[in-house]
Amino acid sequence: MTRILILDYGMGNLRSVEKAFERVGAEVSIASDAARASRADGLVLPGVGAFPRAMERVTELGLDRLLSERLDAGTPVLGICLGFELLFESSDELGGAEGLGLLAGEVSGLDAPGLKVPHIGWEPVRWRVASELTEGIDEGTPFYFVHGFAPRPGDPGDVLGVAEHGTSFVCAVARPPLYGFQFHPEKSSAAGLRLLSNFVRVCAEVLV
Amino acid sequence: MALRRVIPCLDIDSGRVVKGTNFVGLRDAGDPVELAERYDAEGADELVFLDIGASHEGRETITELARRTADNVFIPFVIGGGIRSVADAQAVLDAGADKVSVNSSALARPALISELAEVFGSQCVVVAIDARRRSTGSSASRPGPAGSVAASASPPCDAPPGYFGESLEFDVYVNGGRALVPEREAVAWAREATERGAGEVLLTSMDRDGTTDGYDLELTRAVADAVTVPVIASGGAGELTHLVDAIAEGGADAVLCASIFHYREYTVAEAKRTLAEAGIEVRR
Repeated sequence: MTRILILDYGMGNLRSVEKAFERVGAEVSIASDAARASRADGLVLPGVGAFPRAMERVTELGLDRLLSERLDAGTPVLGICLGFELLFESSDELGGAEGLGLLAGEVSGLDAPGLKVPHIGWEPVRWRVASELTEGIDEGTPFYFVHGFAPRPGDPGDVLGVAEHGTSFVCAVARPPLYGFQFHPEKSSAAGLRLLSNFVRVCAEVLV
Repeated sequence: MALRRVIPCLDIDSGRVVKGTNFVGLRDAGDPVELAERYDAEGADELVFLDIGASHEGRETITELARRTADNVFIPFVIGGGIRSVADAQAVLDAGADKVSVNSSALARPALISELAEVFGSQCVVVAIDARRRSTGSSASRPGPAGSVAASASPPCDAPPGYFGESLEFDVYVNGGRALVPEREAVAWAREATERGAGEVLLTSMDRDGTTDGYDLELTRAVADAVTVPVIASGGAGELTHLVDAIAEGGADAVLCASIFHYREYTVAEAKRTLAEAGIEVRR
């Protein structure tokens, strides 16, 4: 059984993510230590809250080094929502902070003139490239978003999917073995579970 | 702009669904989680669980319901009823709920709204309002049978409310519509609640609730125009075209239904199809 480790750094409730991975047949645990991470076939960086505080917690726990090491070893990593934003170099949220820098680009507030921010609800996602992560998921499938910020990736080749809220923004990235979603697959019904199931399969393939 | 949502609502007492339980094909008709799973499979965008018992001893039961729902249902869901404090909200959010809904506790102590918004963010805080048209003597503010304002002797036409200067006002009720909240007007309360940090308004017409005559479109429109957050229309859906009207005419961002889905008159998928055919963008 594919072992998925959800990294816990004290930002937000991890229960829904855990249960969604269980539903797609993964063996899930929640922890933040290197020993557990080295045994996992895939790592998930979730998170809800503000970017600066999250990065403080991530560095306090040494998750920045741990993620770099695991990626170098070829372990797939998936960032979700705030965990997705943390993958980039920096964010301007609440005075700004440095990010993990695993992907080029900055995170900034959504540019949505006349629309509500945070952007909450179901939004269609258009895929920019073919990926094993999006296999079986139609172009324009809606996913569930709750966010006020979005990244501007420095490398267009990293962009996996885009959505619109006033203007177009990047909501999914893939730079194998690193992946990230701005939306919540664990709250996006069957399509979200399919994405997670695809990620688990990617983790299993790396394992072989 | 997020897609318009269709939201089934489940009334819960002591952890069980208390109305609309005549289902076919369920192992346990009163189990909210089993019903929630079915709605997820049919394409529901979100779910609302209203704990109508909401006694203090029932808190653990509703938290357990949130936990079991989060284990089995992978769409956002709201828990309402009996949330009186940050600690009450924390318990159900930790269990996996995405939002809490407050009604009488927010009316009793409006600061609760800002306390919840500060701790959890506005996106977690829904204010539920039960509104009823205010009787204003001879003015044409009583609901007519088919959703229009009754054409009384004056004005002798179907002029919109406010056209002749009379303003359309709504009282606020609690306890399932049994108790009037004095000195409160529903549209003004909706505005105040969102200024205090509510991220969404769940607006129920007590005049229409249970009638199948359709949502109160004027009430919905009045609140949608008064606030900058999404409005969920509730109360009175009997036909799928009512859902279209609430969004297209009432300006609602979402429609909440209970009996038409519970009694299997329509499925969520049929509701989505009707909305899409009317040109409203929904998830299908």
